[in-house]
Amino acid sequence: MAAGTKEGLEFETEEIDDPSIATTPNDVEPMKRAWRNEKASPEILEFQSDLVDRIRGQIELNERNVEEFEQNGTDPLTISLYQMDLDRSQFLLRSYLRIRLYKIEKYMIYISKTTDMWNRLSEQEQKFAKRCIDDMEKHLTQSVLSRLPFGYQSMMKQSISSEEDDLVPEPQLDTFVFCKSKGSLGAFQLDESGDEIVDLVADDLYVLRYKSVKPLIENGQIDIV
Amino acid sequence: MAGQSDPHLSIFSSEEVEFLAEDELVEIVPNINMGSLNFIRGDFGPFRPQIATEVPLWLAMALKKRGKCTIRPPEWMSIEKLTRVLEAERDSPREFQPLPFHYVEISKLLFDHARDDIPEIYMVRSLIEDIRDVRFHKVETGLQTISARTHAVKLKNLSAMEVNIVRPFFVRTLQAFYKHDSPQMIHQPDATTNRQPQVVNRGPRRDLRRR
Repeated sequence: MAAGTKEGLEFETEEIDDPSIATTPNDVEPMKRAWRNEKASPEILEFQSDLVDRIRGQIELNERNVEEFEQNGTDPLTISLYQMDLDRSQFLLRSYLRIRLYKIEKYMIYISKTTDMWNRLSEQEQKFAKRCIDDMEKHLTQSVLSRLPFGYQSMMKQSISSEEDDLVPEPQLDTFVFCKSKGSLGAFQLDESGDEIVDLVADDLYVLRYKSVKPLIENGQIDIV
Repeated sequence: MAGQSDPHLSIFSSEEVEFLAEDELVEIVPNINMGSLNFIRGDFGPFRPQIATEVPLWLAMALKKRGKCTIRPPEWMSIEKLTRVLEAERDSPREFQPLPFHYVEISKLLFDHARDDIPEIYMVRSLIEDIRDVRFHKVETGLQTISARTHAVKLKNLSAMEVNIVRPFFVRTLQAFYKHDSPQMIHQPDATTNRQPQVVNRGPRRDLRRR
C-alpha cells in the first residue's frame, strides 16, 4: 500500500484499499452461510478459522475507520450508516460463536471423547470445553456424586456395571433440515438400503434427514434455509 | 443479544429471518449528495440526487427514515402481478407460485416505513395478505399427508417466513415418524386411519440408554 504523503490526504479510504483485507471476495455471504449451517445442524461443525479471522480483521478495520470519521467530523449520517453495517457484521460473528459455545456446553463430554469432534473446535473453544468439563465434574462430585453409594459415582456411566458411558448426551443426527440444492444433483440416495431416493432439482426446497445430506452440506452443494 | 433464540424450537427467530431479508437489494432514489460507502459487505453509492441506485434493504430503511430518499417498490409488488399470483395460487391446490424468497419480510418493512412510496397501498397490502392466507392453508393441508413413509418432503417455492413458521412442527413430526417407523415394526397398509400426524412432544432431550 503506497502511502504517498502528498496524495495521502485526498484518499480518505486509503486504508480500505489495503489489498490484504478488503478487496478480496466479500466474506459476508460465506459468514452468513456458516451461521445458518451451524444453527440448523444438531452437531458442531468445523470451525471456519480463516473466515472468522478475515471477518474479524475487517470489523476491526472498520471500527477504526468509524473512530477516525468521528474525529475528523464527517457528517453523522455517514457515521451512523457505517456503524449499522458494522453492527450487522458483528452480530453475525457473535451469533456464530455463541451457537458453537452453546453446543459445546451441551455436548461437552461427548465432544471431548470423540477426536473427530474435538478437532472441529478452535483452540480457544478447546480450552473453554476443558474448563467446562472440569467445573462440571467438580460441581457434580461435590454436590451429588460423592454421596451416592459406591458403584454409582461416575459422571459418565449410570453404574459401574454399565458397559458404556450411558449418561453422556449425544447430538441427534436424525433431525430434519430444510434445504435447497444449488444445482441439480439428480437422484440421491438417502439411506443405505437404497429404498429412499430423492430427486434433487436446483432451487427446490426440501426437508431431509440431516444425516443423509451431511456430506452435501459440507462441500457446499446444498444450502440450509 | 446475538444468538439468544432458543435453538430447540424454531431454529431461527423471526427477527433473524428479517435480518437475512434485510440484505436484499432494493432501488432507491436519493435526494442528497453522498460519496461512496465502503462497507464490509460491499461498496454502495455514490449517491446523487434523483439518480436511482440499488442498496440493501436495511440501508434503504435507514435513509428513508431520515428522509434522505424515496424507495421504488419492487417489480413484483404491482397490483397486476400480485392479482395474477393470487389467482394462480387459488387455482392450483398443490403448488406454490414463485415469489421472491423474502416477500413477506420485504413487504412488511416497506409497508411500515415507506407507505407513501407505494401506490394504492391498501390494495397491495390486502392482496399480499390474501396470498399469504391461501399459501398457508395449502401448507396445512399438505401437512396432513405426512405419513410414516415420508422420508423427504418437497416444498417448491415456499418463502423464508413460511418455512420458519412450519419448521418446528415439521421437524418434530418427521423425526417422530422416523423414530417409530423402524423396519421391525409391522407395516400398516396405507395408514388411512391416521389422518392427523401424531406429534410427540420431544422437547430438549438427552438420549438416556434404556436399561
